[in-house]
Amino acid sequence: MTSPPRLRSHALSATDDPFASLTDPAASREPVRRSTSDDGAALPPPIKRVVLDRTPRPIDPATDVVAPIAKDQTLGPERLRIEHVSIGYGEARVVKDLSLSIHQGEVLALIGPSGCGKTTFLRSMNRLTEQTASAWREGQILLDGRDIYETELPRLRRKIAMVFQQPNPFPMSIFDNIAYAIRVQNRKTPGKAEVRERVVDSLRRAGLYDELGGDLDKPALRLSGGQQQRLCIARAIATNPEVLLMDEPCSALDPRSTAVIEDLIGELRESLAIVIVTHNLAQAHRVADNVAFMYLGDLVEHGPVDQVFEQPRAQRTRDYVAGVFG
Amino acid sequence: MSNVITTAIARVREPWSDRQATVLLGAVACFVLVLIGAMIIFIVHAAWPSLSANGLGIFTGGHDVDKQLGSMLVTGQHPPKSAYHLNAWPYVYATILIAGVAVLGGLVIAVFASVFIVEFAPERVRRVLVPTVRLLAAVPSVVFGLIGILVLVPFIDHDLLSTKRQESVTHLVQLDGTGVMVSIIVLAIMVTPLMIALTVEALRAIPHGWKEGAAALGANRWEAIWGVSVRAARPAIISAAVLAASRALGEAVMLSMISGSRGWSPNPLDGLTYLFEPLRPLAAAIVENVDGLNAPAVKSSIYVFATILLFSSLLLSIGSYLARLPLRRQGVRV
Amino acid sequence: MSSAPVVPRPVTPVPTTPQERRPVQPAGDSVRNWRLRHRIAHGAAWAAGIFVIAVTASIMGFMAWKGLHYLNPSLIWQRPTPGLAQGDTGGIRDPLIGTLLATFIGTLFAAPLGIATAVWVGEYGKPAKLARAIESAIEMVAGMPNIVLAIFGLAIFQLPFFSFLSFKAQGGGVYGRSFIAAGLIMSLIAIPLIYTATREGLAQLPAKLREGSWALGKTKICTIRTVLLPQIRPNIATGIVLGMGRIVGDTAIVVVLLGAALQIDPVGDTPGLNVLRGGGSTLTTYVYAASPAGEGNAPQKAYAAAFLLLLIVVFLNALVGWIGRRTKNSEITQ
Repeated sequence: MTSPPRLRSHALSATDDPFASLTDPAASREPVRRSTSDDGAALPPPIKRVVLDRTPRPIDPATDVVAPIAKDQTLGPERLRIEHVSIGYGEARVVKDLSLSIHQGEVLALIGPSGCGKTTFLRSMNRLTEQTASAWREGQILLDGRDIYETELPRLRRKIAMVFQQPNPFPMSIFDNIAYAIRVQNRKTPGKAEVRERVVDSLRRAGLYDELGGDLDKPALRLSGGQQQRLCIARAIATNPEVLLMDEPCSALDPRSTAVIEDLIGELRESLAIVIVTHNLAQAHRVADNVAFMYLGDLVEHGPVDQVFEQPRAQRTRDYVAGVFG
Repeated sequence: MSNVITTAIARVREPWSDRQATVLLGAVACFVLVLIGAMIIFIVHAAWPSLSANGLGIFTGGHDVDKQLGSMLVTGQHPPKSAYHLNAWPYVYATILIAGVAVLGGLVIAVFASVFIVEFAPERVRRVLVPTVRLLAAVPSVVFGLIGILVLVPFIDHDLLSTKRQESVTHLVQLDGTGVMVSIIVLAIMVTPLMIALTVEALRAIPHGWKEGAAALGANRWEAIWGVSVRAARPAIISAAVLAASRALGEAVMLSMISGSRGWSPNPLDGLTYLFEPLRPLAAAIVENVDGLNAPAVKSSIYVFATILLFSSLLLSIGSYLARLPLRRQGVRV
Repeated sequence: MSSAPVVPRPVTPVPTTPQERRPVQPAGDSVRNWRLRHRIAHGAAWAAGIFVIAVTASIMGFMAWKGLHYLNPSLIWQRPTPGLAQGDTGGIRDPLIGTLLATFIGTLFAAPLGIATAVWVGEYGKPAKLARAIESAIEMVAGMPNIVLAIFGLAIFQLPFFSFLSFKAQGGGVYGRSFIAAGLIMSLIAIPLIYTATREGLAQLPAKLREGSWALGKTKICTIRTVLLPQIRPNIATGIVLGMGRIVGDTAIVVVLLGAALQIDPVGDTPGLNVLRGGGSTLTTYVYAASPAGEGNAPQKAYAAAFLLLLIVVFLNALVGWIGRRTKNSEITQ
């Protein structure tokens, strides 16, 4: 079965997509049984998208890369610093020599066409890439000045939380979902009252508490897709991580849920550094302070959101933002 | 895929109408319902003379039940009501004891071993171990019985069981290596592979997103597999345990080989001797008395044993359904 | 924060040798840093895993060693004979034929019943309550001990109506034991496996397959026969092979419903039918009979028969794996 090539421009957001509401909220409620043949091999190889010959002119990747612009000095302290990081699977090199830094209070959006390495890059920040056996990495990722490879995985991931593309609440009650995170993240199991307090607090911060009407024993899988995703955010922020990674958190959601989550991102940013991967340029424009545009593994342009969208300096950024390719 | 459809349709002219097919297939499908009904009716009917004569007295002890069955053989074709007297507690007790300990012990081992196989075992070990365990789950029980009676029983008789211990109870019961310990061990060896195979399958079917989600929350590998995967696989684990329990309850020939086949209630107060005392579960009692079916009293007693097994297995089925119900509410695929 | 220099970065060449690449290691979740509770549980998982490996390996190794030692061609071709010394007891030809015959009969009845039930429940399933009841009934049959099924079969086949399946004794009672009786009851233990496999296969088929056929104006039953069932042939085959495995391994039904003779014991004069109406033995009952628990004390032959039984189970298991792998490959090529 071949589907007709998608001619829609990426400047149109995924949420304007008439099929977005069809993206199967039922499937996210009832997780599909997948036969995982071997552990860890679930990450598919990056898809190389055929660039149609609409691409106007040849670009030399060596020169069409622009240096980042100095950051807004009002941001908080630097949290993550990425220095000359390359990541790949086997022979393939998915992220090429990428450097940038992320500050507290900043929302950084990673944009770029499919297969440009943004998700791989995001997942490498809390070392989820290493679940794939063939993955390799060069360069350094520093969290508060310390290489993330020197930190124990559980501790690292408590500091760098992640929200996935598909909402993945556990098959437990709402309360247990968040309590799981709290119990896992403390060496000493906190008392019941304290757990409850923190569960309620994180649900409030995720804007879910009032909607639930106090029914925390409801099965998490009975929530709507948007609520599930917010539960996952609540779970991720339950123990105050320093960085929150979001991998296209709204791509499986309808426009209304997307709006709620975008507002939530705006509220969470004060205490966190947020890195969000998105296909949706309008969303990047709405939520981000800084935007990093990646193309085929290169970090092409990195700068404040207005600059990148309105005065892109690199040719490829200009083309992408204008919807010429991708 | 579409030419599969067209070629198939071009070839065949359907002899049945849809309506006929529905009725016919529906009738066939109802066969299992009829079967369950017939089983209950026939077995209870055949057990009725003994059931009506004894009532709940069947579940009492106090008499030598083997002797009761033996004397029934000679009560003729029209036995008086008194001939049906049966105190089958030793058999019931033996069934519960052997099946219960074997399944519970096996379950603990199975869950931990499954976690090992899925999460911790080196890839090479896993690749050999999973098919072998599956094979072991399909091995006929009589093979385990054979190993039990030719290897374990002599070993226990010669090396573990002292003459002094045998003599201490010789006026009551003879110890020859068969009995509680060997029955439980062999039965556990028989049912554990089944539980491992089903649990491993369930753990592997856990969506990757849940495991990844747990890892991303900072769970270590144990917390991720125990708190999320095993928890989510509970319905399947319950099903596996119930299936194992019904196998264990109904295991007849293998247990008749190694249980000692003596209607005796081992007494835990006997200390270590307890482990060597013989016993006889219900299913083994059925198999061993099947030759006496011509005597109506024996026949009725055998069907009483079958009734007990029938209803316990039905109860297990219903119990497993009820146990999985709250989990189904949680959205877990059952 | 310091800003980076405003110069184009050169693209570094892709490293060519593996040494230059920093391998991403799954380290960093060291067990040493876990809580004590988790470390103990982790240790328990390893212990359980190693224990299972040890038990599995020793059982398989032991049976292979004994079997290869005692199994030889002449044993397979000779008929069993009653004898006091092990040398006089003949071979295992009749039990082997008995196993094949019982498996054949059981599968013959189980396959259509299981498939038809699954098709009705999966594709029609109305009224829904009836479908659910049938599903539960199948689950109950799956959990029913074989010995209960066997004793139920005896109650049925001893009815005068079923005398044609075995023979009438002089007193007028019906014997009720024969290959056909045993095969019929054995089909019951295979039905749930065939049902489950078929049902899962049907559930996995994409809706477009059905819709495509309906769109061509074909009836539901025609779609099922010509499109759906051919597509799930591997599932059905897997279910049937698993069912065969259960039948091969069963002992209780054979002991109760095939009589006590080791040799095939024809009844009546019609060739073919006489074997079906008569009793005999299978490999499982041979193992039982030749073990110290049975009458003939021929442990070496019991080992040989058990090993043969094991080989059959290994073969059936390999068949299941082969079917599964073949299906997976063909899916990829589609």
